[in-house]
Amino acid sequence: MTPHNAFLEIRNLTAFYGDFQALFGIDLTMDEGDTMAVIGANGAGKSTMLRTLTGLLPSKGQNIRFAGAAIAGQPAHLIHKAGIAMVPEGRRLFPSLTVEENLSIGASGKRKGPWSLAAIYELFPDLHDRRHHGGTALSGGQQQMVAIGRALMSNPRLLLCDEISLGLSPKVIKDIYTAVPLIRARGTSMLVIEQDIAQAMAVATRVICLQEGRVSLSGRPEDLSRAEITRAYFGFEADEPDTNEPAREML
Amino acid sequence: MEWVNVLIQGVLLGGLYALFAAGLSLMFGVMRFVNIAHGDFIVLAAYLMLSFVTFMGWHPALGIVAVVLVMGTIGYLGQRILLNRVLGKDILPPILVTFGLSIILQNGMMEVFSADSRRVSSGALDVASISLPGDLAIGAMPLLMFVVALGVLAGLHVLFFHTALGRLLRATSDDAEMVPLMGGNKAHVFALATMIASGVVAVAGIMLAMKTNFDPSAGPSRLLFAFEAVIIGGLGSLWGTLAGGVVLGVAQVVGAQIDAGFQILAGHLVFLLILVVRPQGLFARMKG
Repeated sequence: MTPHNAFLEIRNLTAFYGDFQALFGIDLTMDEGDTMAVIGANGAGKSTMLRTLTGLLPSKGQNIRFAGAAIAGQPAHLIHKAGIAMVPEGRRLFPSLTVEENLSIGASGKRKGPWSLAAIYELFPDLHDRRHHGGTALSGGQQQMVAIGRALMSNPRLLLCDEISLGLSPKVIKDIYTAVPLIRARGTSMLVIEQDIAQAMAVATRVICLQEGRVSLSGRPEDLSRAEITRAYFGFEADEPDTNEPAREML
Repeated sequence: MEWVNVLIQGVLLGGLYALFAAGLSLMFGVMRFVNIAHGDFIVLAAYLMLSFVTFMGWHPALGIVAVVLVMGTIGYLGQRILLNRVLGKDILPPILVTFGLSIILQNGMMEVFSADSRRVSSGALDVASISLPGDLAIGAMPLLMFVVALGVLAGLHVLFFHTALGRLLRATSDDAEMVPLMGGNKAHVFALATMIASGVVAVAGIMLAMKTNFDPSAGPSRLLFAFEAVIIGGLGSLWGTLAGGVVLGVAQVVGAQIDAGFQILAGHLVFLLILVVRPQGLFARMKG
């Protein structure tokens, strides 16, 4: 049985867009310090899960507990204040704000912690030289760095990342993912949604796979085989003969 | 020289129109909705000034502070209690609600203050003027209004571009859905925006009360001038609003110079001309 003082505990989570049900009873437990990767095909419910977790999509009942407190149903700004920040899909930077203003606005909640403008510029040195540029005048990779920095500025205990590699070149993705261990080293837990399974496996300490709104697989990356992941991801067996090799070998 | 004088009077009148427009522009910029009752709130502020200064005998300085505080409070609470409930993807509900508010305000003011035309006297300022070379004279009151308009716009500029609240308001204007993810309470941010806009409306109402006669039905035409100044200046541009007000003011005064009955129509015609030639306005910052 899961201890009641789990860092993040989601029980039987459902979510709806009008009459359409997107999530069907998701269960998830995360310890502080974990980096959890959530994988799954398009439409599996990954982003919906994050939107529910941040309060952008309403959820009912007491089925989400974070750091010992029930947060389901609370407004998004209070969930943010509790220590959950999100890097949204598509970055969603504020176009009329400069890079530094985009970063600073992330600190509106005034939570204390290791992240400051100086710490963000140390993590992403490219941003320092461009701090007075418009947020959307940067390259895609730099914009993603601003989006990550903006979320970190709130000194979150849990950082949610939605598809941070989307639309970026392999080299830029590698650069961005280099920051993940550095973020973790400062005590921030992470929940990362990723379609790039290799990237997700490389950084995660735990993996869950969603399929059509349900958890189809959960475990540590080193314990999961390629066949299990393929089955959980696509919902059918792969044809290749050597799919029982460990998932880490997919890198 | 006569035409130079006309031009100066037009520019000074434009300051008042910029004040009418700034509150409307601010609310549209942050929340993307048009307050149909905007002109009626200007007239309400004028009646508050009349009540405090003429009826209750307060010192004008105290009256100004009181009107700004009362209007700011009405703005905050009105947004928090009423308007936030109707803001959403559908643009129709806030338009209908503020249209209803407009009717309620006009009839409420008619009930309390009657349909009589009123004015707040500004004493010696009413007739004071400053002489310029070449037989030109500028009225002290229009000049004061223009300076106040510049001051209000400069204050808004500092607020928007040099404070944390301004940063949050600009971010809300860009992408309101993201604001809660930055720790901002959207309902509170919207209410603050309306509070600031209402403070500007209060100043506009005080200026209206001191400049000209007003009655409970004066709101809609002030809304129209505000609309025109915002559109001419370009959506989302603070200083564009001043330019829009000045263009409208000059057009009206030039129109009046040609024929007294042509004043208002000349403003509308220039507005239509700019809509045709440059529909995004002179200094547009915002798309859509």
